[in-house]
Amino acid sequence: MFKKAILLMFLAFMSLQVFASDAEHPPKMNWSFQSIFGTYDRAALQRGFQVYHEVCAACHSLNHLAYRHLAGIGFTPETIKALAAEKEIRDGFTEEGEIFKRPGIAADHIAPPYINESAAKAANNGSLPPDLSLIVKARAHGPDYLHAILTGYAEPPKEVQLGENMHYNKYFAGRQIAMIAPLHEGMVNYTDGTPTNVEQYAKDVVTFLTWAGDPKMEERKSTGFKVMFFLIILTLFMFFTKRRVWRNIKD
Amino acid sequence: MSGIQTLEPETKWGRFQNWVDDRLPIFTFMRHSLEEYPTPKNLSYWWNFGSLAGVCLVVMMLSGIFLAMYYTPHSQHAFESVDRIMRDVNHGWLLRYIHMNGASMFFIVVYLHMFRGLYYGSYKSPRELLWILGVVILLLMMATAFMGYVLPWGQMSFWGATVITKLVASFFPGLENGILQLLWGDFSVSNATLNRFFSLHYLLPFVIVGVVILHLVALHKHGSNNPLGIDLKNPKEKIPFHPYYTIKDFFGLGVFFLVFLSIVFYAPEFFNEPDNYIPANPMVTPPHIVPEWYFLPFYAIVRSIPWRWGGIFLMFASILILFVLPWLDRSKVRSGTFRPIFKISFWIFLANCCVLGYMGALPTDGHTFGLPNILISQIATFYYFFHFLGVLPLLAKYEKTLPLPTSLGTPALGAKNV
Ligand code: HEC
Ligand code: HEM
Repeated sequence: MFKKAILLMFLAFMSLQVFASDAEHPPKMNWSFQSIFGTYDRAALQRGFQVYHEVCAACHSLNHLAYRHLAGIGFTPETIKALAAEKEIRDGFTEEGEIFKRPGIAADHIAPPYINESAAKAANNGSLPPDLSLIVKARAHGPDYLHAILTGYAEPPKEVQLGENMHYNKYFAGRQIAMIAPLHEGMVNYTDGTPTNVEQYAKDVVTFLTWAGDPKMEERKSTGFKVMFFLIILTLFMFFTKRRVWRNIKD
Repeated sequence: MSGIQTLEPETKWGRFQNWVDDRLPIFTFMRHSLEEYPTPKNLSYWWNFGSLAGVCLVVMMLSGIFLAMYYTPHSQHAFESVDRIMRDVNHGWLLRYIHMNGASMFFIVVYLHMFRGLYYGSYKSPRELLWILGVVILLLMMATAFMGYVLPWGQMSFWGATVITKLVASFFPGLENGILQLLWGDFSVSNATLNRFFSLHYLLPFVIVGVVILHLVALHKHGSNNPLGIDLKNPKEKIPFHPYYTIKDFFGLGVFFLVFLSIVFYAPEFFNEPDNYIPANPMVTPPHIVPEWYFLPFYAIVRSIPWRWGGIFLMFASILILFVLPWLDRSKVRSGTFRPIFKISFWIFLANCCVLGYMGALPTDGHTFGLPNILISQIATFYYFFHFLGVLPLLAKYEKTLPLPTSLGTPALGAKNV
């Protein structure tokens, strides 16, 4: 067992070493949240959640988020309550020792698609769909990379030998990914008239996942603005005071 | 009331001060070390970094103590508890980003502080112990930061800890396993490791405070060096620390916080490795394990030597050599301003340190400008030691230094750029 683990580690290590250089650099995109004053586009966040909820949530958990956190993308308490109540939550044991199940409430964390990692792997040909709560922060060029992965599926070039249950994606390390292309034209119905194509879905869900990983970004930037403004004044004040105090000191 | 004071102070506060001072001379001490403390009048802004380092230490301790109120040092919970600090604790994101980026700022400030000392010969007599205490602080900071980086229990935390502890242990051939078990508290980096690292990460900053106090006592004995590096004999060339340097330090502090906080608010992940947002997983090795940037030059040194023990020896030696620097550079002239060749060698040394840092971030089997990284690292490692063991002793012997001014009033030729 131990030897096997070491061997696996070694293999994983080697394969990543070889593959890492192999993936293409994700193209740079324009995101509303990138600039100094940039904020999340609320409508895109809500559409992005819809994509996550209807597509990605079949395989990927979002463990670090509770339903109540969705107030941050502009959901009303009623919507949140209704969303949570759709799910059955395991909450300890009954007096008879049975697993106690109840409908979800706003304070519950978003229910995962699989009960544990083994179940997740078993359902995905042995590959583990990672938790998406921090995925954007956990990848270099997070939003660009995610967008590239979601839109980067293609027919493999002739010389490429795909592994079993693998899919060609030139932005993924090794160019072979275990996730089947998740997005298809028209699969999610938007109610606000936004185009329902893969590009749009990808942009929206990436916006949502960026928010999921960094929900305090807007608060951070606006606090930052006030702090920097104050600090600039204070520092200028210090500068002039310093000049005044030092006036009578000759070199 | 007071036997020393001849005039009875008029205010209540003044009388209270006297009462206390007569029993515990704390106000005398403050007056002595702040108000009256005579300081050269020609200090440049490079002399701001000492007080900035002190502020960094306080910022780290305050933010750390509040983080520790929410952080859970358990391998099953640490990663999630840090994420909860970011999401659910009021201003927790601010605390964490201050602490995370504060560590990087602390090292920037301390490295600049040290290079200042290198350039102006601040390590020379009578300030050898002051310098040595500084190197002790650097070592303690490195230990603290290394253990702090393990706490969020991401992939880099885990694998960085694994790689570095193994490096340290293999410095003691034959005792490796014993030392590893001592460091790990287990047979691999595990929950026990996380617990002891948290305990030590909390402890060491307080030890640093102790050494900082000694550092300041040593400083106040002879006062600051200055850009000319000469002893100021005329008391008129010194000015009281307060208000002149208090206000100058406050201005420096403002500029420092502008830089620090613009990173905290607008680029908080700038120094961070994305891999550390993946929870630690002993079964998956990240393709490319890199330590924090402030360790990169030393990491480059250790990796440049194929013979492991030799590499580790050189890594330790690269810092320990700073302890004997005052006796390697025996030139009587302190300031680089009056040492034309030393001045050049200083900049080459600085550039060489940057090359080492850059190499530390690259894979050893790659190439840069057509040269194998390993070869560049080896040359840079050689030069690092050659600077201390070859250049400095030789310069001390043969360099023709410029004439020194006798006081600040008559700056000698070539002292324009002070
Ligand atoms: C049918 C199940 C399934 C669905 C639906 C699915 N994924 Fe995945 N996903 C996977 C699997 C399996 C992996 C692991 C791939 C691998 O490691 O090769 C994965 C990996 C990923 C990764 C990590 C890539 C990396 O760099 O490691 C991201 C990001 C991702 N999915 C996003 C999404 C998004 C966004 C959606 C919804 C639009 C989605 N996935 C829908 C199964 C799925
Ligand atoms: C010399 C001063 C200090 C330095 C250089 C330092 C450095 C660090 C570093 C580099 C990290 C990892 C940052 C990250 O990626 O999250 C960290 C985390 C942490 N430190 Fe410190 N630290 C110092 C003082 C303290 C003190 C006094 C405490 C008080 C207990 C403290 C408590 C913590 C806690 C709880 C964490 C984990 C939370 C987190 O990762 O954000 N630190 N420290």
